[in-house]
Amino acid sequence: MPAARILEVRDLRVEYATSRGQVAAVDGVDLEVGAGEFVGVVGESGCGKSTLLFAIARLLSPPAAITGGSVVFHGQNLVTMTEKQLRVLRWRDYSVVMQSAMNALNPVLTIAAQFKDAIEAHSALSARQVAERSVEVMRLVGIDPIHLGSYPHQLSGGMRQRAMIAMALLFTPELVIMDEPTSALDVVAQRSLMVQIKELQQQLGFAVVFVTHDMSLVSHFSDQLLVMYAGKVVEAGPTRAVFDTPSHPYSRGLLEAFPSIRGPRVALTGIPGSPPDLAQPPSGCRFHPRCPVALAECSRVEPALYQVGAARARCLLHDPDRSPRLEVPEEARS
Amino acid sequence: MTDPGHSPLIEARGLTKHFKVGGFFSGRTLHAVDGADFVIGRREIVALVGESGSGKSTVARLLARVYRPTAGEIRYQGRSLASMRTRRQSLAYRSDVPMVFQDPFSSLNPAYRVSHGIMRGLTLHRTELSRAQRHAEAERVVEAVGLLPATDVLDRYPYELSGGQRQRVGFAQALAYKPKLILADEPVSMLDVSIRIGLLNLMAALREKEGVSFLYITHDIASARYLSDRLMVMYAGHLVESGPTEAVLADPRHPYTQLLLSAVPDPRAPLAVDAEAGRGEPPKVINPTEGCRFRWRCPLAIDECARVTPLPRELAPAHTAACHLARSDLAGSGPAAGPGLAGTAAGP
Repeated sequence: MPAARILEVRDLRVEYATSRGQVAAVDGVDLEVGAGEFVGVVGESGCGKSTLLFAIARLLSPPAAITGGSVVFHGQNLVTMTEKQLRVLRWRDYSVVMQSAMNALNPVLTIAAQFKDAIEAHSALSARQVAERSVEVMRLVGIDPIHLGSYPHQLSGGMRQRAMIAMALLFTPELVIMDEPTSALDVVAQRSLMVQIKELQQQLGFAVVFVTHDMSLVSHFSDQLLVMYAGKVVEAGPTRAVFDTPSHPYSRGLLEAFPSIRGPRVALTGIPGSPPDLAQPPSGCRFHPRCPVALAECSRVEPALYQVGAARARCLLHDPDRSPRLEVPEEARS
Repeated sequence: MTDPGHSPLIEARGLTKHFKVGGFFSGRTLHAVDGADFVIGRREIVALVGESGSGKSTVARLLARVYRPTAGEIRYQGRSLASMRTRRQSLAYRSDVPMVFQDPFSSLNPAYRVSHGIMRGLTLHRTELSRAQRHAEAERVVEAVGLLPATDVLDRYPYELSGGQRQRVGFAQALAYKPKLILADEPVSMLDVSIRIGLLNLMAALREKEGVSFLYITHDIASARYLSDRLMVMYAGHLVESGPTEAVLADPRHPYTQLLLSAVPDPRAPLAVDAEAGRGEPPKVINPTEGCRFRWRCPLAIDECARVTPLPRELAPAHTAACHLARSDLAGSGPAAGPGLAGTAAGP
């Protein structure tokens, strides 16, 4: 996509200080977002996807800290900026929609009061302008502006999430970072919110970084997809390419873990085992203990991200230096 | 009807649960479940699908006797639950129909080893076993849910286990009672995608090996399809559609089921965007009046829908829907002949 790049994450590393030493939750992640682009980040819990998102927004607090790499947003490196400098960018240029609106919204303030807080923290609008803008964004997300006077508990789950999105759009930022905004919703509400996010995005032209554990959710909405496993990106590329021809065994496993409501009923296996402890990640490829096609050397050699068609995958099977065919050990074939 | 060999495992007739909300004198009543009729057969997996607030968990709690029904009746092997009054009868029922909870992180006591919950169940419900037999049985159920090595797992604390393993412990606890029916309330929704299938496969295997029936409560219709023989769809306290899973999914008769199906994200299917249909929300059913509760969101609603509550009608063999407009394949099926779900078990 020829769109101008607005966000460029390079070799980002985030570590948590724990009683067992430093634990890298995000380990050398690269991510690019073009203007108006929808980038999905998927992975299981504990894969570092939410940490990545918090790091990009510079919202991490101890014991987590960025220990390497850069987050360049519009030519400025967010990692080295002070809180004061960040304050100029926050909400105006990029905003964040949190996972649980019930926790992210203040229960004792009306929606209008919270909008006002956000606006006043980042600009100097008159009370009338604040009110006008609040009504505008509520209309934008399809909530009757009468609910500006409501408290969060008076809204349904779907409306709370919409109000959060409305709040993120107060200044029409260029980038909206979303952390599983639909995970607390039912399928019907989830689908309608996704469609709405996509419509707003096309209408207003902002870019989205969307974190979710549900790969199928973003299948129709994202342009680029990043699959994370144990702190690393294991596959990245155009969404369609990743879905149609997943190159990494983990992405393939994730895709095959979803039963379908169409077509014949087939037995699925999921992925055996569970995600690794990041304090002691497996040697070599971090997925090798759960991988159905692991080679002997997968436990020794750490794979890089290799180009596979339009996507890139972190799997030795795609290492061009090792091709054409590696010998697959007998036990791995079953 | 009193012969346990011939009556269905569980039979609910007109099952209703209302909750008082607001203050004591508010006079406001939440209708969580209204007039639900259903049957669960032996070795059958029935999925109960609906959005949050639809009343599906209330159904599970009514079956678990956590709540007493406001009206209606539940019969277990032909016997009314209301007639089981003694402690012995209650214990026997509880061991036959245990529950597995949604959140594996809060449903296990963190202060006790895995063995604690299982052994407690065995001591309470399987008094015929000796101490040594109880230990052997504990190991057997832990192995049956795929946790190996069993002796090692029994000695662990919940914090040492992953979410998927904890949920398996939940199933092992239920299994220790030698259950006939396990009430599984969203057992996989808190788990990671990659391990959900493992749990669903486990439930299918337990049905095969241990002969247990399941009531699988979920909002994920795709997993309901994967696992269940029969599907019941709930909306705002009403059972709006039920029937053999494949029949319901291939030919959903109720507009709500159709909406639910269209909302499922499926990467393998092209996107059919229909934003408008999804924009409504389920109503809070407080002091409801007569009429279909889906009518505000229903694209087909007619005047009658606001006047008369549609009752479940059999529209195809064993397939019922509660909609005035649903098409019927059966000749002369009058409204409300009662759901003909007896004798079930379907699937391809």
